Amino acid sequence: MTAVVVTCFVGLAFAALLVLVRLVRGPSVPDRIVSLDVLLQLVIAGIAVAAAVRREGVYLSVLVAVALLGFVGTVTVARFVERRGS
Amino acid sequence: MTGRDVLDVLSAVLLLSGVAFSVVAGLGLLRLPDVFSRMHAATKPSTLGLALILSGAALRVEDRGDAATLLLVGVFQFVTVPVGAHMIGRSSYRAGTGALDDLVVDELRDSDGGRPAG
Repeated sequence: MTAVVVTCFVGLAFAALLVLVRLVRGPSVPDRIVSLDVLLQLVIAGIAVAAAVRREGVYLSVLVAVALLGFVGTVTVARFVERRGS
Repeated sequence: MTGRDVLDVLSAVLLLSGVAFSVVAGLGLLRLPDVFSRMHAATKPSTLGLALILSGAALRVEDRGDAATLLLVGVFQFVTVPVGAHMIGRSSYRAGTGALDDLVVDELRDSDGGRPAG
């Protein structure tokens, strides 16, 4: 199981690195919103893997809060871009 | 091999395939050329990867309530990600970002709001 967990975290970190490069490069605001969305999904995935390692769900309320906040943030910034332009 | 071992192996397979899908999503986000094709990478493979990881974790946690919370988050992602992608797509269309000239089908062109000038 240890090898599986290490592989999971390394893979998630690699994916987060790729997403971060896109987040920094841009070039437009919608690109950055999409990257932040994926980054938040990777955070949720990391918390879920941590819960799977320990076989307990102390952090799972954080998971629900992050998922909700991510959706609200995405919709808000998308509306903002629609009105103001990128 | 007890039932718990079987569940652990199944959960490991689910976790690893979910991580593989997440890495593919990251690669697509980095390599694809414009906002609309990047949205394709950001929504489909990453949601499927997250769903696999969440079900893998749900198989391993002790408490049934925790497993229910994990599944709830997965269902919530399946509801919200398409809505968010729709909002981002429409706003980037109206803001004029993305490769608008390469679109094969453009149903928004004649509708309310329409295509931005220039």
